Amino acid sequence: MMKRKTKRLWIIVACMIGLGLALTLILSAFSSNLVYFKAPSQIINHPTDQNHIIRLGGMVINGSVRHSHQGQTPMIQFQVTDGQAAVEVHFTGVVPDLFREGQSVIAIGRMKSDNVFIANEILAKHDETYMPKDVADALKRSGKWDPRYGPPPDSARWNHMTKPEK
Amino acid sequence: MLENILSPEAGHFALALACCMAGAQFILPLIGVQTNNRRLINLAPALAWGQFIALAFSFACLVTASICDDFSVLNILQNSASDKPLLYKITGVWGNHEGSILLWALILGICGAVVSSFSQNLPFSLRARVIAILGGSAAGFELFCLTTSNPFKRIWSAPMEGQGMNPLLQDPGLAFHPPILYAGYVGFSVPFAFAIAALIEGRVDAAWGRWVRPWTVLAWSLLTIGITLGSWWSYYILGWGGYWFWDPVENASLLPWLTGTALLHCALVVEKREALKIWTILLAIGTFSLSLSGTFLVRSGILNSVHAFAADPSRGIFILILLAIISGGSLLLFAWRAPNLVQEGIFAPFSREGAIVLNNILLCSMAAVVLTGTLYPPFIQLLTGQSLSVGKPFFDTTLTPIALLLLIGMAIAPLLPFKKARWQPIALPIYIAGGLTVISAVGLYFYAYKILPAIASGIGIGIIISAIIDFIRKITLFQTPLKNSFHRLLGLPRAYFATHLAHIGIAITTLGIVGMAFSQQKIVEIHTGETVHLAGYEWQLSSIQQGIGPNYRSIDATIAISRKGKAVTWLFPSQHYFPRQRQMITNVAIHTNLIADFYVVLGEKRGSNNDPLYILRFYYNPLAPWIWLGGFTMALGGLITLTDRRFRVGILSKKTRKPSTKAKQA
Repeated sequence: MMKRKTKRLWIIVACMIGLGLALTLILSAFSSNLVYFKAPSQIINHPTDQNHIIRLGGMVINGSVRHSHQGQTPMIQFQVTDGQAAVEVHFTGVVPDLFREGQSVIAIGRMKSDNVFIANEILAKHDETYMPKDVADALKRSGKWDPRYGPPPDSARWNHMTKPEK
Repeated sequence: MLENILSPEAGHFALALACCMAGAQFILPLIGVQTNNRRLINLAPALAWGQFIALAFSFACLVTASICDDFSVLNILQNSASDKPLLYKITGVWGNHEGSILLWALILGICGAVVSSFSQNLPFSLRARVIAILGGSAAGFELFCLTTSNPFKRIWSAPMEGQGMNPLLQDPGLAFHPPILYAGYVGFSVPFAFAIAALIEGRVDAAWGRWVRPWTVLAWSLLTIGITLGSWWSYYILGWGGYWFWDPVENASLLPWLTGTALLHCALVVEKREALKIWTILLAIGTFSLSLSGTFLVRSGILNSVHAFAADPSRGIFILILLAIISGGSLLLFAWRAPNLVQEGIFAPFSREGAIVLNNILLCSMAAVVLTGTLYPPFIQLLTGQSLSVGKPFFDTTLTPIALLLLIGMAIAPLLPFKKARWQPIALPIYIAGGLTVISAVGLYFYAYKILPAIASGIGIGIIISAIIDFIRKITLFQTPLKNSFHRLLGLPRAYFATHLAHIGIAITTLGIVGMAFSQQKIVEIHTGETVHLAGYEWQLSSIQQGIGPNYRSIDATIAISRKGKAVTWLFPSQHYFPRQRQMITNVAIHTNLIADFYVVLGEKRGSNNDPLYILRFYYNPLAPWIWLGGFTMALGGLITLTDRRFRVGILSKKTRKPSTKAKQA
């Protein structure tokens, strides 16, 4: 029969191995799988590596949404703004039900060299009055919205929205 | 008439009364045990019942207000409307923050009442302390409900019509998902209360384990059902074709599930072998803390999530204080008292206990990974202001290796006896199961050319085969006459079937997840009458109709699916537009033959009115239903354990103190 001390040693060694395994996996995954949130102005001002996946968040500019299709596959193009700059987004597929002009959106994908953001996923929230926290923060930072003075502005009224720089 | 008795004011008062009784339930029995005052101790069950009745009354008041469309109550105004169907008027009560906190408190009240009724044969001081701890946590939540999220708040000059409920939530799957999930979360309060009481007493024994285990199993089964329902809901409602999104809310429910699963197993070791006591106590505390932080961190808006309803940061402070008191306090108590607990029961590393230790380490590693992935983004946000997210790729790469190890362990561990195992008796089944695992993994690899899914499904099949071999050996099928086998079959404890059933459930879910890795999809924009080819089937958009429902307008499509010209089935995806919320809801159409799901989502209409084009998403999801089938199988396993003889028959009676029959048979 095994002594108590030996047993404890076994358990501690096993725990260490488990912990080490988890830590290694976490660290190796962190080095490649973190996705940073960027507002359009940040993307324009500080361009990032094209291979890096980012989350782009902002408001969909009113009147910027264009639909098209390649063969049977639908495509959508629109512009996202944080009040400082606007970015053109291209997406192949169907946007969520709550995707709408003048409302907040999050696009996950890569920035191409010609300042077009190629999204592979578009997120809009369950609730139409709800704005993603990242987007709200970006709007507050850019000075377009102060929560003390009521709800976020409708993007239709942000007339001097910058056009994407071609 | 009824709404006069069950008025919101009466409900508010009953809630306050419940809070006072919970406070008394916390303090009086503890004083009673300390001063050895029997009369104070005997108050505990009565207070628990009183608190439960007051809460039930309070909840009934809120339901009544919702059914009677009392829009002078702010909560009803914001979340209901007179044209909402009756079912959703009732279930909508817990579809919002205030109501769900009240439901949470009510379930905690039920736990208190049930524990106090079924615990007559517990040592009286332990019983008093357990009820007191339950009362203490209930008091905290009722205070939270009263001060920061009062569901009965009235507004002056009531409008005629409510603002309506998010149509996405108007679904039978979601109607029952929160109460079951909450029952699972709250159920872990009982093992927690037992752990704290044991720490105060300074004693943990087999009887304690036997008490904690059914509650853990019950809470775990409910949590399993709750998570499964939630995942199923997101699959068939959200129409994204996925079943799990690694969203903070989902992770919050997965965390207590992982540690709860670990608790479930090591409580077994406490019960049978009186070992791993301190660890079990720590797990009980950890699991309940994770349940709490899960629900409340999400509700407070600290974690940012797609499922979160509008969040109010002022509640966050209260929640953090409450969490700090409950979790921090119990961890302090743990640090102070745990070293006094006597350890017994020595075992070899190669034994059932050893396997359970391994299971615990792996499950806790998974929990640590999920916790890191969930909390890392808000931490970084807080420290650097940099906002980032951790998604599916992170969790996939980190959790898959650990999960595979866990699955391998799961195939072998049930074959091991307690105390000390020898290789000889289990070699044959392991060779057979292992061989078949390798064969199926290699076969699948050459079929699909994906390495991880092939390994995972191979191990999944291995778990099922090892369970079957073990079963055949237990009843000595083919070795003794059939009659003998049949007698042995009847003699097996139900917990035996439960174990294998739960493990097979995991294997089924694993196979389902693997199947989903081979899902095929196509997004198209087509005219009526056009056909699309996907996964060897022809999917034709036959027709489109417009219609009108009770509180929405609809567009209904008919999709004919056929294979080589032979009709397979018809699907009817639709879109409902709710004018009140100005919200469009897509209704997914799913046809399942249990081997695969045909999944169609109708998107927007494009093109001119004369020549309309429709966007459609077609998915062919192999083995998708197995994911939820496995979840329900696991939960069924848990529920069967509860009917086992040892839990049914007088819990502490001496006769049942030899449940080691199972260990002997093994």
